[in-house]
Amino acid sequence: MTIQLIFLARLRERFRVSREAFALAPGAATVSTLLDQLRERGGAFAEELAPNRAFRVAVNQDVVTFDHPLKAGDEVAIFPPVTGG
Amino acid sequence: MQVQDFDVGAEIAALRLGNPAVGAVASFIGCVRDMNEGDSIGLMYLEHYPGMTERELEKIATEAHGRWDIFDTLIIHRVGELRPLDQIVFVAVTSAHRGESFAACEFIMDFLKTKAPFWKREATPQGDRWVDARVSDDAAAARWKQ
Repeated sequence: MTIQLIFLARLRERFRVSREAFALAPGAATVSTLLDQLRERGGAFAEELAPNRAFRVAVNQDVVTFDHPLKAGDEVAIFPPVTGG
Repeated sequence: MQVQDFDVGAEIAALRLGNPAVGAVASFIGCVRDMNEGDSIGLMYLEHYPGMTERELEKIATEAHGRWDIFDTLIIHRVGELRPLDQIVFVAVTSAHRGESFAACEFIMDFLKTKAPFWKREATPQGDRWVDARVSDDAAAARWKQ
């Protein structure tokens, strides 16, 4: 099952990638299991996505909680707390 | 969302145009300051999440229309490179009486600052840095929870 990952602002710079197709591990997938998979990459991913760090996740452009289920083709964006205005 | 500057007078005139029921227009303009957290700011860059930004601003405007008896709302937010003195954001609301437009305008700004996916990166003499979210902005938005 493949999803589209988008990283924005400081996280895009830290991860050195703005967009990628990502294959989820087999089985029921949620934002939480996705984050576990990303942390396994280590480095900036493990650091920035650590449970004590502040970041937000939007699925198909709506901010969701980490128990939100994922399905094939979802657009999942991970970004820092917003600072506009 | 736009890169170019905006003309506040023209935007307000367009918002009121042809509606004699409008008795009040409240507006807010956000500008780039030359200081932040004690450092001088030379340049600012505003990034956003195209697609989600439009949806969030639409949701905020719809929420304002649900809460107050207002006629029209306008939200303009600039993206890209900005400098001190530049206008960043403009919100305007029309209503029959001032109370509704004042409140709705403040509500829209408080929600924009905590919900709309914009991020500021600023250039300081010590190098570039991403602006951190403020706890005071969360508190401002929380005031509107019923």
